[in-house]
Amino acid sequence: MWGILRRSIVDGGFSATSLRRVRSALVSSRSYAAAAKEMSVRDALNSALDEEMSADPKVFIMGEEVGQYQGAYKITKGLLEKYGPERVCDTPITEAGFAGIGVGAAYYGLKPVVEFMTFNFSMQAIDHIINSAAKSNYMSAGQIAVPIVFRGPNGAAAGVGAQHSQCYAAWYASCPGLKVLSPYSSEDARGLLKAAIRDPDPVVFLENELLYGESFPVSEEALDSSFCLPIGKAKIEREGKDVTITAFSKMVGLALKAAEMLSKEGINAEVINLRSIRPLDRATVNASVRKTNRLVTVEEGFPQHGVGAEICTSVVEESFGYLDAPIERISGADVPMPYAANLERMAVPQAEDIVRAAKRACFRSK
Amino acid sequence: MATAFSAAKLTSTFPLRGSHDDRLSDPIRFPTTSSFLRSSRKFALNSSPRLNHAISGRRSAVVAVSEVVKEKKMKNNLLTKEEGLELYEDMVLGRAFEDMCAQMYYRGKMFGFVHLYNGQEAVSTGFIKLLTQSDSVVSTYRDHVHALSKGVPARAVMSELFGKTTGCCRGQGGSMHMFSKEHNVLGGFAFIGEGIPVATGAAFTSRYKRDVLKENCEDVTVAFFGDGTCNNGQFYECLNMAALWKLPIIFVVENNLWAIGMSHLRATSDPEIWKKGPAFGMPGVHVDGMDVLKVREVAKEAVTRARRGEGPTLVECETYRFRGHSLADPDELRDAAEKAKYAARDPITALKKYMIENKMASEAELKSIEKKIDEVVEDAVEFADASPQPARSQLLENVFADPKGFGIGPDGRYRCEDPKFTQGTAHV
Repeated sequence: MWGILRRSIVDGGFSATSLRRVRSALVSSRSYAAAAKEMSVRDALNSALDEEMSADPKVFIMGEEVGQYQGAYKITKGLLEKYGPERVCDTPITEAGFAGIGVGAAYYGLKPVVEFMTFNFSMQAIDHIINSAAKSNYMSAGQIAVPIVFRGPNGAAAGVGAQHSQCYAAWYASCPGLKVLSPYSSEDARGLLKAAIRDPDPVVFLENELLYGESFPVSEEALDSSFCLPIGKAKIEREGKDVTITAFSKMVGLALKAAEMLSKEGINAEVINLRSIRPLDRATVNASVRKTNRLVTVEEGFPQHGVGAEICTSVVEESFGYLDAPIERISGADVPMPYAANLERMAVPQAEDIVRAAKRACFRSK
Repeated sequence: MATAFSAAKLTSTFPLRGSHDDRLSDPIRFPTTSSFLRSSRKFALNSSPRLNHAISGRRSAVVAVSEVVKEKKMKNNLLTKEEGLELYEDMVLGRAFEDMCAQMYYRGKMFGFVHLYNGQEAVSTGFIKLLTQSDSVVSTYRDHVHALSKGVPARAVMSELFGKTTGCCRGQGGSMHMFSKEHNVLGGFAFIGEGIPVATGAAFTSRYKRDVLKENCEDVTVAFFGDGTCNNGQFYECLNMAALWKLPIIFVVENNLWAIGMSHLRATSDPEIWKKGPAFGMPGVHVDGMDVLKVREVAKEAVTRARRGEGPTLVECETYRFRGHSLADPDELRDAAEKAKYAARDPITALKKYMIENKMASEAELKSIEKKIDEVVEDAVEFADASPQPARSQLLENVFADPKGFGIGPDGRYRCEDPKFTQGTAHV
């Protein structure tokens, strides 16, 4: 994860700490490595929710088991005690009902954070996410904005079977009116969740259950309560010059591992953490492909009509002349997720698959 | 009569938390013998020919409400002249507007799906005229008249239907999606049952503002939907949560007996929708939706209940739509005799008759109101005709509230407003 240790210049620098940041960017990052704090993604999300709830009384959390159970995955731990049952609402098992209630509350300027225990259950509420949240600003010609966040774990976990493992990034990202974010590291998680809660539009926030327990170093700046990341901007986790690998969420970790493996064979890969699936940062991906001339897209979801397909088309439309090899697309297998552990491993991309694809793109193997 | 529906009596005596004491202590407003929300009287059998079902007696609270109304009519304190004229004008506006919509549709000025409200005006007028500007209304695709009753100008609604840029949603919503922030009309939803959770959320906001933000908020929400929606899961989910959290919402079922071509009796195991309220812990009331005065009495009680913080009410209004489901519906399945029966109970003629008989207004006054409304509707059509279509640049507007989609920065302003932000792309 050596990309993470780099200092990141977050935004255009209109805060008081900008001078300090600019100066520190010139200094070697190594002097901060020892002082960098480690934080799990779970704690990052919890602290982000805590800070946003204390800053704005209109923010409230709604979902199954978010209160007394402390969160199905303990993301909302401690918030019920701190903010009370009116702001951390345990709901009955009615996704359609409480997603709609969240949308209705958002119509009136409250800022709900609706948790789905996994995004598979969001299918019961998808009518509200798309039809009453995403489309409302357009249908009402700007009169009614919907500042709501739908969050929860997305994608495959370990051995949970077909109905609990689907990745919804492609589905939600195809709908205009929604913003779709998918963090990887703790800093991503904190910054993007804070940005999502402050955002005036509906945001679908796709987390990943297997990342909750992983710890990443976080900078001082990321721990500040006003920290937030921009939406629609990707992050280059590792710079390279031979092949570009795009990924989001858990796949970023695999892509970085693959990049390590590739560097031992002399291929210098550039890894892009998309962070924002909608709006997609086409500019960054295209600029990177124009530099490296080769592209491998990685995602966990189903291949057809997936995120990789969209990135592929974007590059073909804008940077076709720069491509030296056909674009490689790595995705989950085109089957509902099997249960058996060995089959599940085969149905989800592994680092070796990414390495093989990158080599194919570099014409090193068939 | 010992039928399976003797349960109806039990449900009507369901104790309401809090309101019991109010009623006993306020005999003027709620004469205890005829409080229709908790009446323990025996119900007369309603021998409506359309119930050729196994139901031998339709237990309903219609009798109880009409007792209250009859009493008040006798004492002449049901309605003042101003209120009466207001109700009449609103209903005539609804009717004239919808008739004009039909004309415009057949002339090609209006297109797509248009669902007209003819015959149901009493429900809209009866409820919405009791609300304030900050109360909200959530409706379905049959929403033109709800928007008009709530105060959206006829011009804005007609322009929206014509797809012009001067419409209440700049032509981007259409017939089924009437939104108005100013008048708190929250749509306008094409999917049945979709508006109910949204309305419950708006009521949740009222309560949140009162309890958490400590603002003085007495706003109520009225959700209108049909008989077909009452078989949809979201309806029950929201009845549960609204009663659980005691939200200030009124669920109004406009039971016009038909969901396109599906008769309510063929689709529902127990057609008496008002009974579903007490199952969730809220009063369920059935009222004659063709009589605006009865609807208004029930509405007054339900709205006051909600404002007092006692929670939701389910009101079933027995009503009828004179036209088909939409203008594309050939309307072949409904019996002519049934249509004639309800046409005889036209709410506008009923109110006219009442006002003239009780010397509240003369024929001439009412005629002048009709003429005024005709002019308003004509003017709305001319305005809509003359308005421009949306410009090409409007196509991509309003997708997000955020101008460029980059979100909000740490200083609380949009990131795209900072010139330094858009230099370069990713950060490394």
